[in-house]
Amino acid sequence: MNEISKKDRMKIPRQPMPEQDKLERRTNFSEVNLGFTEELAKMEALRCLQCPKPICIEGCPVEVKISEFIKLVSEGDFLGAAQKIKEDNLLPAICGRVCPQEEQCEVKCVVGKKGEPVAIGRLERFVADFEREHTELRLPELKPKTGKRVAIVGSGPAGLSCAGDLIQMGHEVTVFEALHELGGVLIYGIPEFRLPKEIVKAEINSLRALGVEFVTNAVIGFTDTVDELLANDYDAVFIAVGAGLPYFLNIEGENLNGVYSSNEFLTRVNLMKAYRFPEFDTPVFNCKDKNVAVFGGGNTAMDAVRTSKRLGAKNAYIIYRRSDVEMPARKEEIHHAKEEGIEFILLANPKRFIGDENGWLKGVELVRMELGEPDASGRRKPIPIEGSEYILDIDMAVIAIGNGSNPIIQNTTPDLQFNKWGNISVNEETMETSKKGVFAGGDIVTGGATVILAMGAGRKAAKAINEYLSRS
Amino acid sequence: MYEIIKAEFIAPSVKKFIIKAPKIAQKRKAGQFVIIRINENGERIPLTIADSDKELGTITIIVQGVGKTTNELNQLTTGSYITDVVGPLGKASHIENFGTAVSIGGGVGTAIAFPTAVALKDAGNYTIAIIGGRTKEFVILEDEMKKVCDEVYPTTDDGSYGFKGFVTAKLKELIDSGRKIDFVLAIGPIPMMKAVAETTRPYGIKTVVSLNPIMVDGTGMCGGCRATVDNKTVFVCVDGPEFDAHKVDFATLERRNKTYKEMEETSYHSFQCHIDKAFEEART
Repeated sequence: MNEISKKDRMKIPRQPMPEQDKLERRTNFSEVNLGFTEELAKMEALRCLQCPKPICIEGCPVEVKISEFIKLVSEGDFLGAAQKIKEDNLLPAICGRVCPQEEQCEVKCVVGKKGEPVAIGRLERFVADFEREHTELRLPELKPKTGKRVAIVGSGPAGLSCAGDLIQMGHEVTVFEALHELGGVLIYGIPEFRLPKEIVKAEINSLRALGVEFVTNAVIGFTDTVDELLANDYDAVFIAVGAGLPYFLNIEGENLNGVYSSNEFLTRVNLMKAYRFPEFDTPVFNCKDKNVAVFGGGNTAMDAVRTSKRLGAKNAYIIYRRSDVEMPARKEEIHHAKEEGIEFILLANPKRFIGDENGWLKGVELVRMELGEPDASGRRKPIPIEGSEYILDIDMAVIAIGNGSNPIIQNTTPDLQFNKWGNISVNEETMETSKKGVFAGGDIVTGGATVILAMGAGRKAAKAINEYLSRS
Repeated sequence: MYEIIKAEFIAPSVKKFIIKAPKIAQKRKAGQFVIIRINENGERIPLTIADSDKELGTITIIVQGVGKTTNELNQLTTGSYITDVVGPLGKASHIENFGTAVSIGGGVGTAIAFPTAVALKDAGNYTIAIIGGRTKEFVILEDEMKKVCDEVYPTTDDGSYGFKGFVTAKLKELIDSGRKIDFVLAIGPIPMMKAVAETTRPYGIKTVVSLNPIMVDGTGMCGGCRATVDNKTVFVCVDGPEFDAHKVDFATLERRNKTYKEMEETSYHSFQCHIDKAFEEART
């Protein structure tokens, strides 16, 4: 590969992600992105300039050695590349799919200064998939057993990444999950068409093979309290329960039949497989030929609206109070949603839901918004335009405006400090809480954020827990 | 997997299960519930814990076959397994020595009222139970109630057993007889709970009901169980399940519980066909 000059590398265009046909995919839950072929991956890997001091790594919350693994890809050593990634990230098949690379590693990529950045996320995904499909599970080496035990509360991205690191450091790790299935938001939240559940299961199985113990149906706070975990032979506890309390709009009519939180709608479809009702027992609103509105502009909103389309919705709307510039969802998700025929109603805010005589949702009153001065978030504040109200006929609504923190741990752990939003207060360097031996990370600390940030927090906590255990 | 130690019908289509669940048995308090999922394709449904045995590590649930899941559950027998049981969930009943406390159970609601009646007795209340059923065979847990309550009044709609009439008529009779009643707990079908609330409201008797909305996770994550209490939205799974009866918007609860009515019928119908077919095949 040395024969290719920097100039020639720069000439290679960014390789497109093969996708399922946009009309066809509206009718199924199979993954939209099909993944690179070996040829596409090698070609894309050649675009990397192999900077002597790569800055892409600075954009990665878990500091994957990006240029090193890409070099291996360009040489066709895909399994070597997989091992290289796994030195820093045990869950690459997930991260390659759901990380917002365009805001993290790829935004730093030098190639992107003049053209399009190297498709780091797509390469990560390719490498992880290649390894899974072509080899027996290869396990990293474990340090000698320390005899210390760590309890991890929550099996979402923060909990899984923390578990992966701690088990490699030689500690015994038990992960407690409230639901009947492992994976947290990766399972109940992110739909099959964006993150196939088989992939989450495979990544969890690799942790299990390393010796991580998983306990489902364990609601910490109820089944055992944090104090009981500490009293029952756990030397440290990592709380990674996520942001699990949906916000509602608090407007008239929100309790009408047909109004869902995004958590409920997505949990019914993803975790409970309501899209396969009646083969699976859990029902969900029958979207077929109905009008569905999803309120919010984040990735969860995109997931919900695209799910409703797959369930047969005639018109599926995103209703967002700011403009598309401020929309927090990933560009790719917005693009995919538009391709699938989702209608975007921007600069509009719901005032009230309207029901029929039986209490079923039949419409929503919207008010047009305009953007004013930037607010505390740095985004221009949406202001209602008086007299611009109008009614949109809808049969189902999904509220996807974020999540607060679940009160169960707070109510059952009196000496743990929380901030006024119900997030656990931690030392940002060590993820230590106010309670000895208890660490926390992920959405329960930051409020709703991304999978990779939660993973980063999990890894940070693992490092700090390891240090704490070696002291105690 | 959670083993069913014992399963027996105690009334037509009402089955009592004793399930091995040591952690839950240790922890549970009156008023709390579990979420169960029968099998891999099953839905998650909440069921109040009727009783427990810490030594044996078992919990008791009592289930009325209404839709697909409850009927499928009621086909399970001693020695079989339930895939998932999680709990104890929800807030425990608020128990104190009120003075005279009346626990009212309508049909299978008696199973939910029972543990709270026990707790009320333990707290020093003079405890009265009114347990209703459509007919004699639907009056459940009379012996159990008699062991813990100072007075027990069975009622039947048709007069086939005990007091003839609704539980509210018996309650009204007690109030009108001049008895000082300080607290009422009512658990049963929504119309019954609503009727009890209206019976006690004029007298200002503190009245509590246990709500039974549709749930998914049972831990506050989905918000599907939201109800309106005192004109505010609550999540029944984490804020309840017990609430001040005089402040509950029963109409909204009843309406939201019908969200999946048609689908539930579809599901139940295909389940019934499946059973009938299996039965036919077994005969031939």
